[in-house]
Amino acid sequence: MTIRSLMTTAAACAMLATPALADINIGASLAETGPAAFLGDPEAKTLRMEVEKINAAGGINGEKINLIIYDDGGDANKAKTFATRLVEDDEVVAVIGGTTTGPTMAMIPVFEDAEIPFISLAGAVEIVEPVNPWVFKTPHTDRMACEKIFADMKARGFTKIGMISGSDGFGKSMQGQCKGVAEASGVEIVADEVYGPQDADMTPQLTNIKGSGAEAILNSGMGQGPAVVTRNHTQLAIEAPLYESHGVASKQYIELSGAEAAEGVRLPAAALLVADQLADDNPQKPVVQGYRDAYEAETGEDVSTFGGHAYDALYILKAAIEKAGSTDPAAIRDAIEQTQGFVGTAGEVNYSPEDHLGLTLDAFEMLEIKNGEWTIVQ
Amino acid sequence: MRPSHKSATLLVLIPLILLAPVFFPSSFYYRVGALIFINGLAVTGMVILIGYAGQISLGHAGFAGIGAYSCALMPVHWGIPPVLAAVFGAVISALLAWLVGRPILRLKGYYLAVATLGFGILVYMVLTNETWLTGGPDGMNVADSGLRDLAKSLGINMKNSEFWYWLCAIVMVAGVWLAMNLQDSPTGRALRAVHGSEVAARTVGVDVARYKLQAFVISAVYASVAGSMVALQNEFVTPDVSGYMHSIEWVTMTVLGGAGSVLGAIFGAAILTLLPQVLTAFAEYEQLLLGLIMMLVMIFMPDGLLPSIMRRIRGKDE
Repeated sequence: MTIRSLMTTAAACAMLATPALADINIGASLAETGPAAFLGDPEAKTLRMEVEKINAAGGINGEKINLIIYDDGGDANKAKTFATRLVEDDEVVAVIGGTTTGPTMAMIPVFEDAEIPFISLAGAVEIVEPVNPWVFKTPHTDRMACEKIFADMKARGFTKIGMISGSDGFGKSMQGQCKGVAEASGVEIVADEVYGPQDADMTPQLTNIKGSGAEAILNSGMGQGPAVVTRNHTQLAIEAPLYESHGVASKQYIELSGAEAAEGVRLPAAALLVADQLADDNPQKPVVQGYRDAYEAETGEDVSTFGGHAYDALYILKAAIEKAGSTDPAAIRDAIEQTQGFVGTAGEVNYSPEDHLGLTLDAFEMLEIKNGEWTIVQ
Repeated sequence: MRPSHKSATLLVLIPLILLAPVFFPSSFYYRVGALIFINGLAVTGMVILIGYAGQISLGHAGFAGIGAYSCALMPVHWGIPPVLAAVFGAVISALLAWLVGRPILRLKGYYLAVATLGFGILVYMVLTNETWLTGGPDGMNVADSGLRDLAKSLGINMKNSEFWYWLCAIVMVAGVWLAMNLQDSPTGRALRAVHGSEVAARTVGVDVARYKLQAFVISAVYASVAGSMVALQNEFVTPDVSGYMHSIEWVTMTVLGGAGSVLGAIFGAAILTLLPQVLTAFAEYEQLLLGLIMMLVMIFMPDGLLPSIMRRIRGKDE
């Protein structure tokens, strides 16, 4: 029995071992399946597509990229295992990923220990505050979304805000951040309601908000919940305008809500969604148009900002490796931190030793849905 | 003479654990090994429940969640050291198991499966929704257990993954040893009698409900300690640790390897922990393959992989 089991173990080890390649090994652990797959799937597709493109053009500094993607299903424990595998077994020089905040936070200690630069694709502000020298991120934070929304509300003369939030990670995190910056933004939260991400009806919560005297409503959530909120908001004929978060910034949201119900809804989003409406002198315009056209041609799916985060992470990394002129992880890290004026899908990125997010509020465009299409609020 | 069942199990297990690192091409495999041992510990508890007492639980990850979050929360709020928090977590899990099991296990049949299913989902929901306490779905940090520093001060200096490989191995072997002792004790014999036939057991004076409850409480403690080990090793927990799929995974591991034998269940845990690592290239088909393996084992080897293989070997010997 001992020998049999030993042989099994040895065989399993042999199967696990991957041959080491002389290329630049870049790792990624993403939620390609599971509840966060709608984020992780476009991220993985984007990385595969762009790496192929970079390799076809001769790679980085003449070396090809060897991309290793693992599917952690959004599970923190699995993500940590894959992070260990990327570092110890695949010997990567940098890692992209962590589709959501939980897996990202679980992986950080592994990369910190191994001194490997890590660019997260998750939203929460805790990832880069306090700054960890080895950790960067490309998506906007939920706090920035809150500030952008509150600024727009105030500009329209609304100061009493009703909040309705999903109870998933995204909704909860944004709910907390919005409450934190409300006072500084000069608005007051007069109602604070919560719904389950799978709920099919939010009229009770919206009725409460309607009765609270709120002048505008902010829905922090992603997935199907916000679409239900939008439909119920129209069904109840609530006059207070509805604001959604950047988490719904995909065409699916308008389809799920119905163009009629979504009419007039505002949300902050990256320029990617309105690529063609950007001014011609906007430096982002060629970048986002190029990425969108390539992605839609390759996958046949509508582009989403989530894949854009992966695009930004990959090209920040590429520029850093080119600048560093080596594949030494510490040199790459230093070069990432010196990233200045990088124009990506999320906006202009300027990293510094104190700022590993690198985006300002200007990176968000305030959009309004008109006739089932996104339009930029001027 | 054939060695006793107990020493045979340990005689197989301990050399395997000691020798496996010889074949490790990188220290990543220590991490996989540690995960196998953690799952191995949990399924040892499942063997006591499923194999000895003949009961099914579909919510044991709930106890793992309690064990894991005890390690995360108690150090922050009460200043209790994380290792001690793991012990408290096990006590809380035992109490909860007793509360849930006491009324349910008086009934015959598979009511426990339904009750534990609800219990596990309840724990998951509490951990997910009580953001003020648990950090919600984004999870929370777990304080450094200090165990590695303790080992360092004793002159044992290892990489993190190696350290956890050995620590998880020790905890699992201890768990296995306890389970084997239980099997040979009067309680173990009573449990097997209950498994065989509740009516027959009752006629010879076995308090059926009490023994079933004991088995359930013990297995909950195993799951809780396994959850604590995950939290202490990762130094980070999310509610996923108590997810419904983990409960199912543990039952699957136990049944796949052979619910009647601790060694078989650990064998099942090893296979199902390794498989996702081997199958990363087919990640999309992982569930499909798992289902297929499970079906084939249930049809052709209803006792589980290891007992069926052993019987075939012995059959040829005779």
